[in-house]
Amino acid sequence: MKKVLELKNVSKKYQAKNGEIEALTNISFDVNEGEFVSIIGPSGCGKSTLLSIIAGLEPKTEGEITITGGLGYMLQKDSLLEWRSIYDNVMFGLEIRRKKTKESEEYVIELLKKYGLYEFKDKYPNQLSGGMRQRAALIRTLAINPKILLLDEAFSALDYQTRIMVTNDIFHILKEENITALIVTHDISEAISMSDRIIVLTKRPATIKNIHKIEFEMENRDPLNCRESPKFSKYFDTIWKELDIHV
Amino acid sequence: MYEKNISDDRKKYLRKIRKNKIAIILTRLSILIIFIIGWEILANKGIIDDFITSKPSRILNTFLNLSSNGLLMHLGVTLTETLIGFVSGVVLGVFIAILLWWSKFLAKVSEPFLVVLNSLPKVALGPVIIIWVGAGMGAIITMGLAISLIVTILEILNGFLNTDKELIKMAQTFNASRFQILTKIVIPANISTFFNSLKVNIGLSLVGVITGEFLVSKAGLRIFNCIWWSGIPIRSCYDRGYYSSHCSSCNI
Ligand SMILES: Nc1ncnc2c1ncn2[C@@H]1O[C@H](COP(=O)(O)OP(=O)(O)O)[C@@H](O)[C@H]1O
Ligand SMILES: [Mg+2]
Repeated sequence: MKKVLELKNVSKKYQAKNGEIEALTNISFDVNEGEFVSIIGPSGCGKSTLLSIIAGLEPKTEGEITITGGLGYMLQKDSLLEWRSIYDNVMFGLEIRRKKTKESEEYVIELLKKYGLYEFKDKYPNQLSGGMRQRAALIRTLAINPKILLLDEAFSALDYQTRIMVTNDIFHILKEENITALIVTHDISEAISMSDRIIVLTKRPATIKNIHKIEFEMENRDPLNCRESPKFSKYFDTIWKELDIHV
Repeated sequence: MYEKNISDDRKKYLRKIRKNKIAIILTRLSILIIFIIGWEILANKGIIDDFITSKPSRILNTFLNLSSNGLLMHLGVTLTETLIGFVSGVVLGVFIAILLWWSKFLAKVSEPFLVVLNSLPKVALGPVIIIWVGAGMGAIITMGLAISLIVTILEILNGFLNTDKELIKMAQTFNASRFQILTKIVIPANISTFFNSLKVNIGLSLVGVITGEFLVSKAGLRIFNCIWWSGIPIRSCYDRGYYSSHCSSCNI
């Protein structure tokens, strides 16, 4: 299998007025093409920092990162711009990268049609439901044609039921578009339901505690149906214990 | 909104809202009318001194003779001065706010100066401004500018700095440049801040201009004193030196 993302001994220290904050220590892992990998860990351990470093928004202190193919990045909030129509919102990334061409516009229209947003293209974000907004945000990212998608708690702003449906929805879209995903979450079930592998991080400074391979031996596995498998709760228990959460 | 057969309850509700709206407007109008009529009566009966308070009928008269007493011209002068002060205040204010948003260093450096300038009573600057710019329209416009500029800068900069960080981060995930973040996120996100500051500013510019006129003017609404005080035609105000004697006595 082809590696599309490779991290070797990545470390990060933030410099702040009141001292150094060590956020990541010696993080190494690979992600293969088409794979869904989740990163899970206690809040404040450095998960967002890790994604920001991979995306190049934040400099790393040590280590090496190799990326093959374009990156897309999805944040917790959909961050749709309320003063733009849905169409102008999904074109935003292309506009920023100055890649607004006839072909790219056609591709966006195709995505809008495929994922049921075409008839909403002239509406404004506040006229859409939470799930629809998240889809629009996803299309905005897909428009720049990424090979690898980084998702930082991308669903945690949604209420529980919507979240399960949106997770399922986006899972299918990403599989359909052949995208590799690196998903940050603090929700164990979400991680199990979506991923091929789960990387468990320790408290800050984050190191890798364990990497779990998730397999369900079922056809057409998706985030909804795998929740019914007896293996699901086994994975849940194992990871729960590893996260070692105290109140 | 578009339903044709609305329920009786809904009709009642809508009627109530309309009635309430009309009542508010009527009450406002009556207060105004009672005030004006009361003023006129009290002045006519000599209960209040109409040399100090003037009276509605006299003010109305002056307005009716607009062309002969040149009020229109004075109104025009004040309006022009205000507009020039206002527009230059807004343009300059927005420009400086953008500069300060762009450079955190500049913002930090200028912070104490802005605070001091903002709390300074600008009207007190009047005489100094006259010395710098000369006693003329320039001084009046500068006065209007001085009053509105700092407030504009502070208000717009505050809006800029409070732009939703998530939106900026989203733009950064597409590797947006600082200029793109400014033009595509920060400015459009602050359109309402901008209009709010326009509203406040037009008032402030007017205050500045009228203050300026008190100090230096040969034309403009400062003349409203004449209408107010005695209804003496404005030209004769000048002729009799009434104008200047009042100017020195009013001491603003
Ligand atoms: N820009 C920054 N400067 C200093 N410290 C930071 C910065 N960003 C994050 N941190 C610190 O790094 C740690 C990890 O943060 P983050 O990656 O956001 O955690 P997570 O996403 O896992 O909740 C936290 O303790 C946070 O306070
Ligand atoms: Mg985070």
